Amino acid sequence: MSVLFDSLGERLQAALKRLRGRGKLSEADINAAMREVRMALLEADVNYKVARDFASRIGERALGQEVLESLTPAQQVVRIVHEELTGLLGGATARLAVASRPPTVIMLVGLQGAGKTTTCGKLALRLRKEGRRPLLVGLDTQRPAAGLQLQRLAESLGVSFYVAEAGSDPIAGVRQALTEAARLGCDYVLMDTAGRLHVDSALMEQLVAAKRAAAPHEVLLVVDAMTGQDAVRVAEEFADAVGIDGVILTKLDGDTRGGAALSVKAVTGKPIKFAGMGEKLEALEPFHPERMASRILGMGDVLTLIERAEETIDRKKAVEMERKLRQAEFTLEDFLDQLKQVRQMGGLEQILSMVPGMSRKNMPGNVDESELARTEAIINSMTADERRNPSIIDGSRRRRIAKGSGTTVQAVNRLLRSYSDARRLLRQMTAREKSSRPGPWF
Amino acid sequence: MGGSSLFSGLTRARRGFWGRLADLAKGRRPVDDQLWELLEETLVESDVGVELTLNLLGDLRRELDRHADQTQLFELLRRRLVELLGPAEPLVPAGRAGEPAVIAVVGVNGTGKTTSIGKLAHRYGREGHRVIVGAADTFRAAAIEQLEIWAKRTGAGFVAHQPGSDPAAVAFDAISAARARGANVVILDTAGRLHTKKNLMEELRKVIRVAGRAQEGAPHETLLVLDATTGANAFEQARQFGEACPLTGVILTKLDGTARGGTVFRIRRELSVPVKLLGTGEGLDDLVELEPAAFVEALLRPVAETGGGPA
Repeated sequence: MSVLFDSLGERLQAALKRLRGRGKLSEADINAAMREVRMALLEADVNYKVARDFASRIGERALGQEVLESLTPAQQVVRIVHEELTGLLGGATARLAVASRPPTVIMLVGLQGAGKTTTCGKLALRLRKEGRRPLLVGLDTQRPAAGLQLQRLAESLGVSFYVAEAGSDPIAGVRQALTEAARLGCDYVLMDTAGRLHVDSALMEQLVAAKRAAAPHEVLLVVDAMTGQDAVRVAEEFADAVGIDGVILTKLDGDTRGGAALSVKAVTGKPIKFAGMGEKLEALEPFHPERMASRILGMGDVLTLIERAEETIDRKKAVEMERKLRQAEFTLEDFLDQLKQVRQMGGLEQILSMVPGMSRKNMPGNVDESELARTEAIINSMTADERRNPSIIDGSRRRRIAKGSGTTVQAVNRLLRSYSDARRLLRQMTAREKSSRPGPWF
Repeated sequence: MGGSSLFSGLTRARRGFWGRLADLAKGRRPVDDQLWELLEETLVESDVGVELTLNLLGDLRRELDRHADQTQLFELLRRRLVELLGPAEPLVPAGRAGEPAVIAVVGVNGTGKTTSIGKLAHRYGREGHRVIVGAADTFRAAAIEQLEIWAKRTGAGFVAHQPGSDPAAVAFDAISAARARGANVVILDTAGRLHTKKNLMEELRKVIRVAGRAQEGAPHETLLVLDATTGANAFEQARQFGEACPLTGVILTKLDGTARGGTVFRIRRELSVPVKLLGTGEGLDDLVELEPAAFVEALLRPVAETGGGPA
């Protein structure tokens, strides 16, 4: 799959246009390219200094590189940038710590509104699914009804909980929570702490004291993916004052480019373990560095799309389908198969949203899912022979199909016409592909 | 920690800034590349956004006299930023008894909507108005109870339904109750939602529409709560919330940290939505009106402190 609209790619193409036909990247070329890389990173909210350092590192690597024949220089630079970015974001394992002697204690820390409490619930669900017995612990004795929010989450998940009383000392809460975990035989203790500003020294000291009392096996910093330039200071302060072992990025289901991920990783060096992808308690996914790199660079979530397709689409079928497409042997039966798979992958609109350049802004109007359902009904009303060989569908067959699918003859005609158009198009595409092969992207 | 940290910071900055300016004026240091880079860094690091930053500095480069010194450049930039923010715009005044002013508070998750509502209720209550808050966040666990605690603290009336019920119905009932009880102000809390979630934005549209049915012209004020720590995405939030419900202003929260909230410049310039209030702490009084000059000085503090970078 080639990248359709790539903002960084296009920019680099413009910056390196002069380069075509020369063998190596010169220093001036690199400077022009690195400026574009920096701009793309800054637009994605990567911190100013982090972006500058990153661009100069890339520049050194790219300087003097042979430009591979099959690639344009711009693509070459994009590849290097993407590789380096993935490397920097990587080293992540989506695994929580395991204590040699249970319970394993995990503490979530962060600013107000980052999503700590919801994330706690998501982690509890994940652990429960793995057959663990988590105890949810609410140590936010400050925000009104914070404890109640955690309790409601625990109740809806059916996991045990302990909530420190509003206004009480969270350190006492830590001790009682650990006693409670022992009494209930819980093997994980998830501690939700109050949101606090990294510059609030009194509250940061309180957090350090709570950590000392809890002796957690893992402290996770919860960071809102929409965070801007300030992400570095927040991460630095929490890492220095409290000490963290990993990061959870939240609210990645929005349209933020998420440059904060790079900033936080660059200043703390700690792995990003999970990504919060929505309000549902199931919506916590392992962090994927290469996808995040694509997202920061504005290249769309092609990998997620591919992976989801792989989950849904039978591999053998896919190979067979590709052969058919190439030879333009695509029948209506195959078309029906495709429609079903599109549904299983989460509907057309969701798929389109993962294609690079297909933001909601330039999505082709409203994707009419009911039109798809109608098409499915029409094909379902055909006999197997008709699906394999639509040319036998005459007037009386059309009337029967329309009746059977609850549509009209016009609708059946429309479908048959677009099917034959598509076949013709496929034949042309296959012919063109044989004459000139476009170069690979990555 | 009090709510004054932004402003104690500002006082510090003001001394530093003007002091620095005075120093510079004496020395009349010429503008150099290092200064341009420092300005770029400062603006970008305040989340002003890379495009607006480059436009602003590009304009200054063209307009500035070749022999201008650093002081003149600072002054021009400061003035330009204050202009961009626009004059401070007041909050809707309380209505007459039984004809309440209706304020809807909207935003993405975790920006501080409920806390800001507590402070807003306190603000109107302090002026002697009768306030009713409506708990139209029926989604998040314990959101209703959280708002109820704020209502009790500020002496405001409180209208809520069951968790999971229709938020538009809550809005309608809160306004109706306010009219019946002779209140002057209604503040509606709404659930946090990402602006990209179509169905949730549709739900918000309905809340706003139904509020208008409960009272002519309501809501009279629709405030978007923006987290100052948010980066470029703040603009998308303002744009897309504005499409669902016309915004009359922004409450910029969490300014007591180290974030500067520079995203509001682009929002003001391209969407014409003014910043009305700043959240500066956890206390009830920590919601203050925007003072454009002070806001800009806080933003430029790093430049003033570094004083034009290494000479």
